[in-house]
Amino acid sequence: MKFGNMKPHRRRRLYVVLFLVVTSSAAVGLTLMALNENINLFYSPQQIASGEAPVGKTIRAGGVVVPGSLRRDESSLLIEFDISDLKTAPLRVAYTGILPDLFREGQGIVALGKVNQQGIFVAEEVLAKHDENYMPPEVAAAIAAAHGESE
Amino acid sequence: MIPELGHFALILALGLSLTLAVLPMWGVIKDNRAWMRSASSLAAGMFVFVSISFACLIHAFLQDNFSVDYVARNSNSQLPDIYKVSAVWGAHEGSFLLWILVMSGWTLAVSVLSGSLTLDMRARVLAVMGALSTGFILFILFTSNPFERSLPVFPADGNDLNPLLQDFGLIVHPPMLYMGYVGFSVPFAFAIASLLSGRLDSAWAKWSRPWTNTAWAFLTIGITLGSWWAYYELGWGGWWFWDAVENASFLPWLVGTALIHSLAATEKRGVFKTWTVLLAIFAFSLSLLGAFLVRSGVLTSVHAFAVDPKRGLFILGFLVIVIGGSLTLFAVRVAHIKSKAGFDFTSREALLLVNNMLLVVAAAIVLLGTLYPLGYEALTGGKKISVGPPYFNTIFVPVALVLFAFMALGPFSRWKRTPIEVYRKSLLPLLAISAVIALLFALLYGDSFSAWVVICVFLAALLGTGLLLDGYYRIRSKTAGARLAAVFKQTPSYYGMWIAHLGIAISVIGVCMTSIYSDERDVRMTPGDTVTMGAYEFRLVGVQRIKGPNYIADRGNIQVSKNGEYLLDLHPERRKYLVKGNVMTEADIDPGLFRDLYVALGEPVGTMGAWAVRVHYKPFVRWIWFGGLCMMLGGLITVFDRKYRLVSALKKQRNWVTDTAEVSNA
Amino acid sequence: MSKPSLFVPLGVFALLAMLLAAGFGLDDPHHLPSALIGKPMPEFELVDVLNPDRVIRKEDLLGHVSLINVWATWCPNCVVEHPQFLEISRQGSIRVIGVNYHDDIEKAQQWLQKYENPYWVSVADTEGTLGIDLGVYGAPETFVMDAKGYIRYRHVGPVTRNVWLDTLLPVVDAVKREQVEQTAARG
Repeated sequence: MKFGNMKPHRRRRLYVVLFLVVTSSAAVGLTLMALNENINLFYSPQQIASGEAPVGKTIRAGGVVVPGSLRRDESSLLIEFDISDLKTAPLRVAYTGILPDLFREGQGIVALGKVNQQGIFVAEEVLAKHDENYMPPEVAAAIAAAHGESE
Repeated sequence: MIPELGHFALILALGLSLTLAVLPMWGVIKDNRAWMRSASSLAAGMFVFVSISFACLIHAFLQDNFSVDYVARNSNSQLPDIYKVSAVWGAHEGSFLLWILVMSGWTLAVSVLSGSLTLDMRARVLAVMGALSTGFILFILFTSNPFERSLPVFPADGNDLNPLLQDFGLIVHPPMLYMGYVGFSVPFAFAIASLLSGRLDSAWAKWSRPWTNTAWAFLTIGITLGSWWAYYELGWGGWWFWDAVENASFLPWLVGTALIHSLAATEKRGVFKTWTVLLAIFAFSLSLLGAFLVRSGVLTSVHAFAVDPKRGLFILGFLVIVIGGSLTLFAVRVAHIKSKAGFDFTSREALLLVNNMLLVVAAAIVLLGTLYPLGYEALTGGKKISVGPPYFNTIFVPVALVLFAFMALGPFSRWKRTPIEVYRKSLLPLLAISAVIALLFALLYGDSFSAWVVICVFLAALLGTGLLLDGYYRIRSKTAGARLAAVFKQTPSYYGMWIAHLGIAISVIGVCMTSIYSDERDVRMTPGDTVTMGAYEFRLVGVQRIKGPNYIADRGNIQVSKNGEYLLDLHPERRKYLVKGNVMTEADIDPGLFRDLYVALGEPVGTMGAWAVRVHYKPFVRWIWFGGLCMMLGGLITVFDRKYRLVSALKKQRNWVTDTAEVSNA
Repeated sequence: MSKPSLFVPLGVFALLAMLLAAGFGLDDPHHLPSALIGKPMPEFELVDVLNPDRVIRKEDLLGHVSLINVWATWCPNCVVEHPQFLEISRQGSIRVIGVNYHDDIEKAQQWLQKYENPYWVSVADTEGTLGIDLGVYGAPETFVMDAKGYIRYRHVGPVTRNVWLDTLLPVVDAVKREQVEQTAARG
């Protein structure tokens, strides 16, 4: 950017440039920090079962909701269900709240939450896209990987 | 035969757009006036044939012509007619045809309303737009033809339109958004034409401004409608999710906002010329990038069968040619441009520069967050991540607040340098007044004191009172008559700026209050149960089964009372659409100026007749969209400024062929 | 001469373009490897939808190149692809075998009556076990199985006319040709 060609402005210009450099590098640093704190890695049910996923850290997990596994608590909004990569042992998910409209057994879902000490995935958010043919790509890849490895 | 007619019209439009891209430009090189003049009729022809094509697709939808694959996938004979029309842009192919229609509409508008342009400039601008149209039409013809038939076997009935899209918001949202995205092609075309001609003067900025403002206004209302729609239709009560689709529209908006301000400085003071050209290129590039990436599914990833590798390749090639080409042109041609005027750091120019920097930084933050998962996956060999809203909130919000703070200083600034007495006489008292307002508000409103609320209300009050004071100074006179005259003497540019900035203040208040003071609860309710939120009490009376035109629904009856007195009934529904069998939550909302009451019905829970119910109390949420509406209005009002002479341009247009004086400027 | 700094935006865009190019390569669902391609069709023992007393085994399907179509009454896109399967079975060049996935036999019977039956046979995979063995993640999905019972191709999503002509039919023809050649070589 040009701040004009007047001589007395030279020094001021230097200050401005210095200011911009300092603030922008601080901004870039902070941004990258925030970015790294807020990325949520995806883990497949198999990876979680084998203990690959960190306990107590927010991650994403996904799989197909195992038909017949959905259970509701009688007195609260607690819901439990299993998700699976259709090969390895299913992962138990606990969620309190209202499920998205397109949540269905047999549907691929991705959930955001934490693995607790008991190995249950406690979800804060369950995502199911508004399209009945939708398969989250993470889930598709997890299924493909599970079948590829064990056969 | 109608779908074939539509296809054929599209092919003819391709021929015209190709000619438009080549002939007028060739005319400029060869100094052939007739060829340059051909641009107008070519633009008109292109618009006519694209319109015919679009009408044919609407016809196919209205006639339930399920032999057309696109119709079969996105419509159904039971769909109400209005949604059959909006289903035209309900999926990729048709929405792209709408995109092309909008593109040809803008091209026609430029050719009709650019009478004040020299003939060669007009030829260049229209040729650039013709070239863009050519790319778009090629894309649709080769990879996304909406007229494709599935003969001889075709389904007896269609697959229906996604119920989420069966809604007023989604009828108008995409057209508005596209008007904005595609509208940025006009300043882009002006920038490219100026780079080609080497004439990057303030006249260029003057031509571009009304177009940029109009496009920006459409984009603003498009985003606002999208946010409003998400709020009442998705059933979550959220109004912004930072997902890739939203970010795709927000990116060009941020850069477009920077462009508007930079154009103002370039026009008024002849500064920032290089920067303005770059912003014009960026704004349109981000429109393309955003719209295309979302459509191609690279970012939002995959709809089981909407993605075609051919499309991705074509899109990438097109982006490389358009963006890469224009940035190369920029680098090669812009070097000799010099901004002459100097300015003080207290000047309005300096403020606008800061505004531009911050807006571009904000856009970069959003772009980084949006593309990061893609980069991560590419670099780690397939590790999938998502970037959560906390990233955007922690980084974007502070930048936006700093931006807002500088904006609040805007009304106190002057071009070149701001005299010190302006600060003394205007800024200091208003700072004090705003601080008092903010503190009082934060102490009196709500249960808890929030520093965020103090900051937001303070800045909004400073901006609002600053605008009021500035308006007062402008119309201050001795007599009432003179005051009234002064009111009419202010230009539309001024009023537009005034309203748009006020709109920002309103939106900021809405965002801040909703974020801090919302009360959102998911509860389990059996008939007779109550939930209390502040003064409001929600009682579930019961749930009944009802039948709609193409759905059946469970309809909750929730009685709301305030301080013990009956207020109203809310009826959230949980609909099951019959064709596809999908379930949709229809929230019921009691809107209010200072608060919305929002109730959505979840699933039945347990055996005792209990239901999951989502109850929200959302203060000031409407202000977000009302502010957006003000911004759009402001943007549109500026266009009527006499200095842009759009209307007189229309008159000139009629006799421009004989207007040799105009041509001799070339 | 232009200043080098003016090329910075271009450079940034070049990086971005490379990233996008990588992205287009990554997220292509059509190249999702089916773990089963080239592997034998899983063994199963399921009843015929239209004749629940009759048990169908994998062996009953061998000897012909077949399309295995995973369908269900709860699957809207199965209605979309249905006319195409009717057309394919009318042409008679290939057997279409249905796997009625996670469904109710009575509903499935009504569905076949309502929309006509394109299937040589449909097996009732009520528990979804065959589906899981096949690695399907929803309906519809369609597999090409050769005469010896090996899975040769997998398509996810509805089989439209274009999918049939451009994708599945070439695979089917190639598989048939290969088998003719093998028989000829042996003979």
